[in-house]
Amino acid sequence: MKKTYRFTCIVCPLGCALEVEVENGKIGEIKGYTCPRGKEWAIEEVTNPKRVVMSVIKVRNGALPTVSVKTAEPVPKEKIPELMEFLSKLEVEAPVEISQVIAEWEGVKIVATRGA
Amino acid sequence: MNDLPMLNYDVVVIGGGPAGMAAAVRAKELGLKVLLLDDNDYLGGILPQCIHPGFGLHYFKEELTGPEFAARFAKRLVELGVDYRTAARVLEIKNYSDLEKVVVFSSPSGAYQVWTKTIIYAAGARERHAFEIGIVGDRGAGIYTAGEAQTLMDIYGVMLGKEIVIVGSGDVGLIMARRFALEGAKVKAVIELMPYPGGLARNIMILRDFDIPLYLSHKVVEVRGKERVERVKIVKVDENLREIPGTEFWIEADTLIISAGLVPSVKLLTAIGVEIDPTTGGPVVNDLFETSVPGIFAAGNSVIINDLVDYVAEQGELAAEGAKLFIDNEGIPTRRWIKLEKGENVRLLVPHYLSGERDVWIYARVSKPMENVEVRFPEIGKKLRLPVVKPAEMLRMKLRKEEIAKARDGITMEVVPL
Ligand code: SF4
Repeated sequence: MKKTYRFTCIVCPLGCALEVEVENGKIGEIKGYTCPRGKEWAIEEVTNPKRVVMSVIKVRNGALPTVSVKTAEPVPKEKIPELMEFLSKLEVEAPVEISQVIAEWEGVKIVATRGA
Repeated sequence: MNDLPMLNYDVVVIGGGPAGMAAAVRAKELGLKVLLLDDNDYLGGILPQCIHPGFGLHYFKEELTGPEFAARFAKRLVELGVDYRTAARVLEIKNYSDLEKVVVFSSPSGAYQVWTKTIIYAAGARERHAFEIGIVGDRGAGIYTAGEAQTLMDIYGVMLGKEIVIVGSGDVGLIMARRFALEGAKVKAVIELMPYPGGLARNIMILRDFDIPLYLSHKVVEVRGKERVERVKIVKVDENLREIPGTEFWIEADTLIISAGLVPSVKLLTAIGVEIDPTTGGPVVNDLFETSVPGIFAAGNSVIINDLVDYVAEQGELAAEGAKLFIDNEGIPTRRWIKLEKGENVRLLVPHYLSGERDVWIYARVSKPMENVEVRFPEIGKKLRLPVVKPAEMLRMKLRKEEIAKARDGITMEVVPL
């Protein structure tokens, strides 16, 4: 089974149109990149896409009812729904400082991006 | 009015978002007495609700989220001891003379009048709403602008709906599509009027991440649902953006998000006769971001809608430098003003006037996407090749003082295919 993935490279503002062929789970031809960074990213994007996840979680007794958070590092894309589920159950007590580690999920730190 | 308590400053900055905070910080660093006013309860403008990354790559050489970017500036502001008031609403600006202006504001501690030599107006932009883009029908619950949705979800923690249709594929619309999808809502479609997406490439990727259909050359024309939105009607448009009869279809949804672009907020400026550029919606400005009223500067999205916060902050700093120069010289010293004109495929362009006394960053947007182009300034013989230009991405380029000096009275910018 051959599959072609088409997407725009987001590593730099040039936005090259990338094309990656995958056959039986193996990377085939990669087209459209202008530099090695783009090629590397294209491979990662089809084999193990990762994203930094942002959300807000509830805060008790704060100036605002939520605090925004992010994962300290990118997490595998397919695990994001699980992470969101985890975040939706979190609740913290004010005060929260910006950059404070609020929780940890599968070894990934959840960091506050706002004070509350 | 005259019995209001009186304050006295060199510069009053209106707006506590990135442009205003950068302006206030810079003005203070330059030794001016600064007051910053913002009508929100907190500093940062819209940044505290922009919880996604992508902020500050140029400015801090680090990728930050909106709240993090805002916090860095707020910290500097406090460390420098800049006077600021939140929950302070500016009611009126009065312009008595070049170095005598009054800003009237109300706040929880009462109303004040501030005598000031200069004003930096950094009030940002407002969002275009459903009726402005020709959507008719019922006015049930469930219609929000993207920014409203963002405030409600990311500041107040309210979930707004389960089945979402988003109008507009600009950055804010796409970012909210991701927020809804992450929160478990079904984003049924993003509807884009133009034949190309409106957002930056890294945000277009969101559509692929969450399998969200994008309808290009389509528009939402009607919304139905008495109590709450139930369905929206969509129609295809031709190259002239005219609706094509017979292409209508309905999508069931309980929430409609309008992300139809921003318009500079200029109410207080027009009230004192500041000249507005109808294409940007913001004031006509010179190379220090001074408006047509001497001593009144503007910066950020109230001048031109930017796509990077870094540019907004840069404009704030420049306006502060303008205010300093203005105060020191009782006006901006220049021998002449050179007009910057729009040529082929240039839709927006600021600043409008250049003195030739300094290097300037110019900010522009093209009308239509093009590949393999040359940006030309024929009068001064400057040329620059670019692989792609898109209306969604602002062009920012430097014109050097010596280059500007070559112009007689005008410089045109044009973007032409090679
Ligand atoms: S392939 Fe290289 S040049 Fe092209 S967008 Fe990606 S990083 Fe930029």
